[in-house]
Amino acid sequence: MDSRTIKHIASLAKIKLTDREEEKISNELSAILGYVDQLNNINTDEAEPLYQTTGLINSMREDKSRKDFEMDESLNEKLIDQAPSRQNRFVKIKSVLRKP
Amino acid sequence: MIKSQNLKGYTIRDIQEGLQKKEFSAEEIFNHYFVKINIENKKLNAYLSTFNFKPSTFDSQALLAGASSVAIRSLYGVPAAIKDNILIDGTVATAGSKILKNYISAYDATVISRLKKAGVQFLGKTNLDEFAMGSSTENSAFGPTKNPHNLEKVPGGSSGGSAAAVAADLCVFALGSDTGGSIRQPASFCGVVGLKPTYGRVSRHGVMALASSLDQIGPFTKNVYDTALVMNAISGYDIFDATTVKDDVPDFTKNLSKPIKGLKIGIPKEYLGEGLSEEVKQRIEYSIKALESLGCELEEISLPHSDYALAVYYIVLPCEASSNLARFDGIRYGHSSEKGNNLFEVYENSRAEGFGSEPKRRIMLGTYALSSGYYDAYYLKAQKVRALIKKDFDDAFKRVDVVVGPTSPTTAFKIGEKSSDPLSMYLSDIYTVPVNLAGLPGISIPCGNGAESGMPVGFQIIGKQFDEEIILRVAHQLELSITSH
Repeated sequence: MDSRTIKHIASLAKIKLTDREEEKISNELSAILGYVDQLNNINTDEAEPLYQTTGLINSMREDKSRKDFEMDESLNEKLIDQAPSRQNRFVKIKSVLRKP
Repeated sequence: MIKSQNLKGYTIRDIQEGLQKKEFSAEEIFNHYFVKINIENKKLNAYLSTFNFKPSTFDSQALLAGASSVAIRSLYGVPAAIKDNILIDGTVATAGSKILKNYISAYDATVISRLKKAGVQFLGKTNLDEFAMGSSTENSAFGPTKNPHNLEKVPGGSSGGSAAAVAADLCVFALGSDTGGSIRQPASFCGVVGLKPTYGRVSRHGVMALASSLDQIGPFTKNVYDTALVMNAISGYDIFDATTVKDDVPDFTKNLSKPIKGLKIGIPKEYLGEGLSEEVKQRIEYSIKALESLGCELEEISLPHSDYALAVYYIVLPCEASSNLARFDGIRYGHSSEKGNNLFEVYENSRAEGFGSEPKRRIMLGTYALSSGYYDAYYLKAQKVRALIKKDFDDAFKRVDVVVGPTSPTTAFKIGEKSSDPLSMYLSDIYTVPVNLAGLPGISIPCGNGAESGMPVGFQIIGKQFDEEIILRVAHQLELSITSH
């Protein structure tokens, strides 16, 4: 796998790789992809993809509250308590939109 | 203290009897294990964190109020260990990763709330390969776990901590997760019982997802009867997991002793060939003969797409994992990088700093296979072959009641032996992976030690979808036969 592909994939995966990691992963991925290539030996023209095995389709529930949590201040605290950056009830992040 | 006859320490039945006869209280048995863990965990590294005794859980009035089901009283006071990718409200859950080193669970997983209702006492969280990716527990960011039978060897993975804790009697039972063998293989390496339920049998709510179409939660126990008890408590439809089925859950203990004479045992010809070590083969053949002397009929079957199962798995898993691990971005929880001048840099640095090499490898592989232009060639193709693998089993189950074979091609390997070659590590999953792909139930029970290494060998029994009853029944009676000889 060439360097450009690895860099592109790393960018999609949002993981910053060192040069050494890029090289190592490139070799490892090539080996693994080489191994899985054998699937091309099988004729799957007649096969439907199997995404999950229960056979359940449209597992719906009633449009009613599951009453899993009490929405109160302490739950609020609990859920956003671990955000590294907070302000009042909000999770704080770096700017998404650039100023014009 | 009641001295258990069982060399493996207390079973669930021992605890029930001991509490009933007032030989010890729930607190006393908890402290017995608490002290033992403090002494022995240093050398094993099975536990990542431990808990103190919680008296409030043992208000028997509260428990019995409204308690009508068998499950609620059967596990009362039983001390258990929980794999650290399963959430227990208010406690740290690391997933064996630096990225979640200090993450505090915001709620109980469904399996946990069910075990709490059943009266279980939690001793602590056990070590695992990072995000359950691995077959040896060497990928944990917090050091490997040692196999209690030989401290230089791996306990297997990814649920190595749970398997080791049960094997070393540092708990009465444990929970693990199994995506490609992560309960069954460590059970096999550590000489304990490990069950992966049918996909859809046990809720995955509150369990950190690895591959959502493959993951299942299951028990590690010292005997098959205990597995049935734990399964009674944790199984069944959950409104919080849309992939759980609404089928009734039978009492898994009820038919354990029903004679297995006349049952048809399928032996896949692909499973006893090349790649299987001689010492494992010997124990498997011994176990098959034992089934025969119990009156079972043996039948050779073929699972023609067996050879492709690993290739399918090493596409499906990384693809699903790359999606499931996208949430770890340093924003809402977990490690967040100080480096980063913009949002994208926060993401890529947090993940670079927090993830170990195996998650990075698998996320990269999955991202590639799902990327534009490659989806058809990899993920779609793999899921089509997956359908063929499932069909092999469906066809076999028209003729046989269970399918058996080795859990792993070898006994436990040495720490460090396979860690430099990911592909060779992946090969230890060849017998377990097809069971996850087909969504079937599978159990591994100890069947003696390998003649050469002296290490435990695991015998795997695979059943039809939702037929845990039959694999438990065969496992229970085979277990009795093996331990009496």
